Amino acid sequence: MSHVSSKGLYYTIFASLCVLTVVTVAIARVDLGAMNTPIALAVAVTKAMLVILFFMGVKYNTPLTKVVAASGFVWLIILFGVTMGDYLTRGWLGVPGR
Amino acid sequence: MSAPNVHSDAHQAPHPKLQHHFHNMAQQLEASILGMWVFLVTEVMFFGGMFMAYLLYRTMYPDAWLAGSNELNEVLGGVNTLVLIVSSLTMALAVRAAQVGARMAQIANLILTIIFGSIFLIVKYFEYAAKFEHHLVPGAHFDPARDPAQQLYFSLYFMLTGIHALHMIVGIVLLFIMLRMAWKHQFNADYFTPMEVTGLYWHFVDIVWIFLFPLLYLIGKHH
Repeated sequence: MSHVSSKGLYYTIFASLCVLTVVTVAIARVDLGAMNTPIALAVAVTKAMLVILFFMGVKYNTPLTKVVAASGFVWLIILFGVTMGDYLTRGWLGVPGR
Repeated sequence: MSAPNVHSDAHQAPHPKLQHHFHNMAQQLEASILGMWVFLVTEVMFFGGMFMAYLLYRTMYPDAWLAGSNELNEVLGGVNTLVLIVSSLTMALAVRAAQVGARMAQIANLILTIIFGSIFLIVKYFEYAAKFEHHLVPGAHFDPARDPAQQLYFSLYFMLTGIHALHMIVGIVLLFIMLRMAWKHQFNADYFTPMEVTGLYWHFVDIVWIFLFPLLYLIGKHH
């Protein structure tokens, strides 16, 4: 009736999450300039995807559930994009009070 | 011209857990999973507002963010990250045990998940206590020698981790309810919806921490 993942898959995902946690701690100690945070976020997104697809089983859910799950992150990107687009460009006009 | 018992032999008896507005158990489970995801999307946006504030103020006060972050205990944060990952594994195994109707495995994995979730909160208690001792809590007693902008960092630290911890407490309450249901033989291959939905919630709370750990604890480590 519904998909049952093997225990082996769960152990593999668990091990991957542990390795990626060590990776994120290790990379944080290296000075990569402006790239530190984007790389840390890339690792975090990878970990989140592993949890969502396998632990939460979205990989085996219906297309409708997949779209709904993805929509949250789409709206999040709109929130970040539009807000930062506002704040980061406010200085461009040079008008007092803007 | 009567037609008695017209339904009696045409259909199997419905599953006792099947609510009348669903066609079958599979549709009922699918609807619950979809509904839970709609709720989780609202949770993403709820935490998203705080992450938005983090991003904006970090852009405005980058030095305060680095100095604030370096006051956090990276080891405790890292240990808690691993503790939550273990708890997500045991949660996934508990849901799987419900899917295959293995009652003892459900009970064992639920208890382990409760234990790891509690360890996380206990570690968080010691971290918070240290912040109070070091005058890092925003407000009248914030260390006056520090840049006041660091209060923004610590405000967001307490808000994000505090609301995350609140979600953990709610999750542990849900786990106890699942434990009671598992104990009473409520879950089997045909019906495990509450366990599945509780699992989705618990994994979501883990995902929030996966982002909080690098963004709060690790941003100043290369300086």
